Amino acid sequence: MKVGILAVQGDFEAHAKMLTRLGVEPRFVRTVADLSGLAALILPGGESTTHLKFLLEEGLRDPIRQFAQAGGALFGTCAGAILLAREVKNPSQESLGLADLTVVRNAYGRQLASDVRFGPTRLRAQPLEMVFIRAPIIERVGLGVEVLAECDGRPVLVRDGRVLAATFHPELTDDTTVHEAFLKLARNGR
Amino acid sequence: MQFMESNTWRVKVGLAEMLKGGVIMDVTSVEQARIAERAGACAVMALERVPADIRKEGGVARMASPKIIREIMAAVSIPVMAKVRIGHFAEAQVLEALEVDFIDESEVLTPADEQHHIWKHDFRVPFVCGARNLGEALRRIAEGAAMIRTKGEAGSGNIVEAVRHLRAITSEIRRLTTLRREALVHAAKELQAPLELVEWVAQHGRLPVPNFSAGGIATPADAALVMQLGAEAVFVGSGIFKSADPEQRARAIVKATTHYNDPKIVLEASEELGEAMRGIDIRQLEEKELLQTRGW
Repeated sequence: MKVGILAVQGDFEAHAKMLTRLGVEPRFVRTVADLSGLAALILPGGESTTHLKFLLEEGLRDPIRQFAQAGGALFGTCAGAILLAREVKNPSQESLGLADLTVVRNAYGRQLASDVRFGPTRLRAQPLEMVFIRAPIIERVGLGVEVLAECDGRPVLVRDGRVLAATFHPELTDDTTVHEAFLKLARNGR
Repeated sequence: MQFMESNTWRVKVGLAEMLKGGVIMDVTSVEQARIAERAGACAVMALERVPADIRKEGGVARMASPKIIREIMAAVSIPVMAKVRIGHFAEAQVLEALEVDFIDESEVLTPADEQHHIWKHDFRVPFVCGARNLGEALRRIAEGAAMIRTKGEAGSGNIVEAVRHLRAITSEIRRLTTLRREALVHAAKELQAPLELVEWVAQHGRLPVPNFSAGGIATPADAALVMQLGAEAVFVGSGIFKSADPEQRARAIVKATTHYNDPKIVLEASEELGEAMRGIDIRQLEEKELLQTRGW
């Protein structure tokens, strides 16, 4: 199975290390041609405004939407989750609109509010360690969206069909649970 | 090193990780900050004067006024950094109270202490510091810097010093990876850096924090050069807003930084640009005019 990672900017290498640990060879995606033959695509953390501008300029927005429509699985962390959401606030900005979510950018505050927390997850019995960096908040989840993890009573890891979105950074921990769940989703469609 | 296990350290380095592969631009006004954000900057550095002007005008260069930093923080949604003088921990306390996202303890400003840098572990805001070689980088990391950048020669528009510093750091790292344990003790003595950090670098073959490049980047090809030499992101100071075409040049440097390994795209980015900032031959500068020799 081929898994791509959008490599505009941000922590794409941390995702690559996770995939390598799980026996999957990652492919960095910077052009439309890089998407061909992929089963899944990861949108990493970084600055969502920078990523969005890149997707528009490189003409990657519509090909990624088509990739999702054709059954490709997507996983966004932090900035990636912002790009996947249907609606983005603070400030409002364009997005791919592939998950039925409303996301508020930098909703905890500036870097001083960045923190490591723990929260319950449906992926396993023990809580997940969650690294939040200038993180967004998921303000609304659509009817078909499954909440897979919460922190302080808020949804922080959600699934809408074949799209997985996390407001924290599982790639910055040693725990492969979330990436394993994504690879399973990419393989089985659920 | 024990501090590397703490959650505070992890979120500091975590933000530096998010900036990788991007361009951090010096800005002196709200308007410039908006241009930088529109052009795809992953962060901005709020300043009163860019290094080229500090060099030209002289005088004491201090932390920017909180007013301008606050205005820039309100105007853009990307992280905002600001500079403090080397050793001036009270300026850093002010910036932390202001809630900037990153503090640059910078040789570009006039040093406040000729022996000591700030003990950066006392702060929850992450710090970036300049370095010319591995020893300097490791001393700054020991003090708590969560990101290292080459010093280069700020405000010169000349890439030669950034290249020198980047090559020095990467080749010293490579050398450490070939040494036996007992030789690492000697290396630590020579580098004037803590043995534990020297051992960490020898074992991992990299710095324990992201390694960015700054000081003299003026063109898309400059950015591609330092990225290929191992920089993980670039800072552009005077290079953008001292050029004939800031917005276009900002976009071009962002593009070249993302596609640094693809000469065709770096070519595309280099075309249709106006005149770059006028550079300075470093050999024409007197010792006292160099900014890179500040810091200990």
